[in-house]
Amino acid sequence: MVAAPCCAADDCIIEARGLTKEFSGFVAVCNVDLRVRRGHIHALIGPNGAGKTTFFNLLTKFLAPTRGQILYRGEDITHAKPAEVARRGLVRSFQLSAVFPHLTALENVRIALQRTHPGTFHFWKREATLAVLNDRARELLELVDLGAFAAVVAVELPYGRKRALEIATTLAMDPQLMLLDEPTQGMGHEDVDRVTALIKQAAAQRTVLMVEHNMHVVSRIADTITVLQRGQIIASGSYAEVARNPLVMEAYMGAPDGELRGGH
Amino acid sequence: MRAQPVLYSLAVLFALAVPLLGIYPVFMMQLLCFAMFACAYNLLLGFGRMLSFGHAAFFGFAAYATGWLVSAHGWGPGFAILAGVAAAALLGLVIGALAIRRQGIYFAMITLALAQLVYFVCLEAPFTGGENGLQGIPRGTLFWLLPLHSDVVMYYVVLATFVAVFALIRRVVHSPFGQVLKAIRDNEPRAISLGYEINRYKLLAFVLSATLAGLAGSLKALVFGFVTLADVQQSTSGDVVLMTLLGGTGTFFGPVLGAGIVVTLQQYLSDVVGGWVTAIIGATFVACVLAFRRGIVGELTLLASRARRTLRPARG
Repeated sequence: MVAAPCCAADDCIIEARGLTKEFSGFVAVCNVDLRVRRGHIHALIGPNGAGKTTFFNLLTKFLAPTRGQILYRGEDITHAKPAEVARRGLVRSFQLSAVFPHLTALENVRIALQRTHPGTFHFWKREATLAVLNDRARELLELVDLGAFAAVVAVELPYGRKRALEIATTLAMDPQLMLLDEPTQGMGHEDVDRVTALIKQAAAQRTVLMVEHNMHVVSRIADTITVLQRGQIIASGSYAEVARNPLVMEAYMGAPDGELRGGH
Repeated sequence: MRAQPVLYSLAVLFALAVPLLGIYPVFMMQLLCFAMFACAYNLLLGFGRMLSFGHAAFFGFAAYATGWLVSAHGWGPGFAILAGVAAAALLGLVIGALAIRRQGIYFAMITLALAQLVYFVCLEAPFTGGENGLQGIPRGTLFWLLPLHSDVVMYYVVLATFVAVFALIRRVVHSPFGQVLKAIRDNEPRAISLGYEINRYKLLAFVLSATLAGLAGSLKALVFGFVTLADVQQSTSGDVVLMTLLGGTGTFFGPVLGAGIVVTLQQYLSDVVGGWVTAIIGATFVACVLAFRRGIVGELTLLASRARRTLRPARG
């Protein structure tokens, strides 16, 4: 595979070329070209049903594209398996909380650490053999302010804490590229602020691509914004550029007047 | 949790004293075989969330293999059991590899269909005795040491095996592998997104479950000295689902209790009410699913943890 000029250079971590997904005639994602710059926080916004989650599923290989190509760090991953791309550092979260509800917070994070640890198939060994991973797991929990909740079963954590746990688990994978699907959805103000700060912090050494509805969050942390509508990109750029785009205003407000609101 | 060791000790003491208490050992052996079967099934359903409708295939096929090797080839009971277990493991590998490609109801249907295939083989194959099954299987002497024709010796062998299986399942659930299995049970897409090839873990769980179900079947063949089509047929697969759900899926002791209740009902109630026992067990199942979905042990554990939580602040 000849590497694309963009992704061969260091500035682009993932690139979608002409990505299309059709579901029995309905085109959910149509000919999308997208480049995510290394080190950026890139937000994907758009009205409901714009195809954001489908696009996420395509990038992370949970869905196979009808047409098009995906390059990750210069390599073609169009036909890779989802667990395989995850092991190569492209790790996603899910729209609904993605914790393991019946495991403790510590175990949740440890599952991610455990994968690279020998013996995930060792069914005859004691759980105590995993204790060597506990220190690193606690560190990650501290990072997201969950240190005190290590022994709590995830299902009993408040919603905002669950999302924080999810981020800690994703960070345990030491991902190159984090794909976050609506990380602040359904949260109260306090939790939104905490998770936003977390994402900002996590993005310091890596790249983040996130679907997000909360314009307040997007305006604060996103370097680049791409707007999807009916499966197609209608605008891309900084918040200021995108917010003034008449097509975007029409998509959001139904009329090309006024400006995209900062709040929600 | 603190009550657990006490309860386990009491259960073991009771089990050890069974021959002294005048309880019919063959009945207890039957109960332990089905308890083992249900524990094996629970490993798959309770900790891997895979609903198999065909587990009698492993139980019955291993029983046939052991019975045939003993009666037609004069194998000793020890090696015949090992061979039966190996046969169940192999069958589990084949059926599991096909079934885990699908989830939920499709998974269940594939296991059901393949188990029917195994049933048909057991009906038609020359070595299974067809409609009559295998009769008069001698128990023999276990590894040149233990004469199994004595019910008391056989009972302790079955009891020891059961305790070992129970301990093994606890270990599996609390092992590094068990952690991954529970994670897959809780949230499959998330486990994939953390880089796990989930099918390999599911297959291992399936094979382990089939293997232990086979061990239960092999032992049962020796306990009764016969194997019939009932051991491999659909209703036995249904029984083990019922036992597990009734006692409590995902709990350790639930399947044992469930097996105890179902086997006792089948054994003693059928003397009193005859064919109605099926209807009574069916009604019990409906009541269980409607009223206490966690099963008996599941509901009790929940009650206990709630009680503990309300007591804790009161104590100050």
